[in-house]
Amino acid sequence: MRRVRTPRRQGRRGESEGMSTVETDLAGMVEDAAAHLYVWALKDLPQDLRDALVAARDRETSVPGLRVLSTIVRNVEVADREDNLVCQDTGLAVYTCHVGEHFPLHPARIYASLKAGTERATLEHPLRSNAVHTLTRENTGPNTGYRLPIVHWEFVPDWDGLDVKCVPKGSGSENMSFLKMCTPADGVKGIKQFVLESIVGAGGKPCPPGIVGVGIGGSADYAMYLAKEAITRPIGTRNPDPLVAELEDELMGLLNETGIGPMGLGGDVTVLNCHIEHADTHMTLNPVAVNYQCWAARRASAHIGADGSVDYDREA
Amino acid sequence: MATHRLTFPTDEEQIRELRAGDEVIVDGHIVGIRDRTQIRIFDHGQEPPIDLTGAMLLHTAPNVRKLGPGRYEKICIGTTTSARMVRFTEGLGSQYSVRAICGKGGLPDEAIEPMQRLGMVYLAIVGGAAALETTQIEEIEEVAWEELMPECLWKFRVKGFGPLTVGIDAHGGSVYHDVQTEANRRLEGILARL
Repeated sequence: MRRVRTPRRQGRRGESEGMSTVETDLAGMVEDAAAHLYVWALKDLPQDLRDALVAARDRETSVPGLRVLSTIVRNVEVADREDNLVCQDTGLAVYTCHVGEHFPLHPARIYASLKAGTERATLEHPLRSNAVHTLTRENTGPNTGYRLPIVHWEFVPDWDGLDVKCVPKGSGSENMSFLKMCTPADGVKGIKQFVLESIVGAGGKPCPPGIVGVGIGGSADYAMYLAKEAITRPIGTRNPDPLVAELEDELMGLLNETGIGPMGLGGDVTVLNCHIEHADTHMTLNPVAVNYQCWAARRASAHIGADGSVDYDREA
Repeated sequence: MATHRLTFPTDEEQIRELRAGDEVIVDGHIVGIRDRTQIRIFDHGQEPPIDLTGAMLLHTAPNVRKLGPGRYEKICIGTTTSARMVRFTEGLGSQYSVRAICGKGGLPDEAIEPMQRLGMVYLAIVGGAAALETTQIEEIEEVAWEELMPECLWKFRVKGFGPLTVGIDAHGGSVYHDVQTEANRRLEGILARL
């Protein structure tokens, strides 16, 4: 199942698929990129994910499991052909930004542009708007609201560029998020046990098989932040720390022994992969957070230069 | 595991033919419904303006484009997680004679008894496979309670809708119960090895 669109291309003004563009400056460029990335991520899955889904289908032996995975592969092809969204849940718009020290636009302005781009994509495509006030449940805007979209920031010294990755996060899988403050005495075994129990407990609800994002260490809030970071990585990439990478391999194997299977209907493939991010922590803490990413692990990136050049990158 | 082609609305006899694990393809008319729609019916006691007798309900909140008053064009229609709405199962069967609930991710075990008693099934769709699902929905024929957008009552005409898997049948069988029991058994073994 090969992608039908080109994985990389240079962005030009007035050339965002189905989107209008604003004729201004770097802020406008970032806004255009956000609008383009949101829709692109929703429609066109990265090649590494396509390969993982086809490999899952090819090794699944249960009848309902194979039915599910064959339908998923067919669905991705239909989305390509019809130029439609892979999944109807346009999610929470989440962006990760790597901002170079010398990038000429301040993060406050970058945020405003990401918000404007999210709104424009939602209104112009149009996309379903999911954003509501947490208490009143009334819609707050075109996939925006107070503190929405959500942006993860990282600042890079000695660089003048900006990398933006859009990761629309569906609610079915986000609802299957879990945190446990294990004790140091629980050790690595406690971490493994919690991840396994979380995924068995989640069953078919988060649209398995997906990516199990795990965050360990730091604090309670930071562990969950790291778990979210973990699901934004290209599928099957390994943590640079060999100890953590080993745990990723081990957990992936164990999770696939549970038999939960595609959509919880039973089978060999319960997860496509397990990604772990970690931070060092307090000597009395052992936090572990699980953030599930459904099989439609949507992501799309743009590299933006200080001169306003945009390089859209499907595979980052 | 058999394959069935069913046209909705249907009756109890047809529904009792289905067994957990079977494959089902659906034609005819189905009704889209979601959290707020069912909260209005059951918690606020408002009668649904679309007839639900013999219906298959779809747990959905579609992406649509408005064409005119009460008229909508499909953009992308998919299915949401069903477990949140399990408490409405009994009422849908006993008060409105709903025959099938179609959603993703399954219903917890508390749905098994009412489905058996009332002659209902849970049909599992492939979550996230909305591009395909959209091509199988021929038309949005009716929309009620538009003020709940997108959680309105939707009447869709469908053709070759599926493949669906019978997740819970009308005989007390549940794929989810069986998979969960087996997974818990395996989990015990895995944890013992850690």
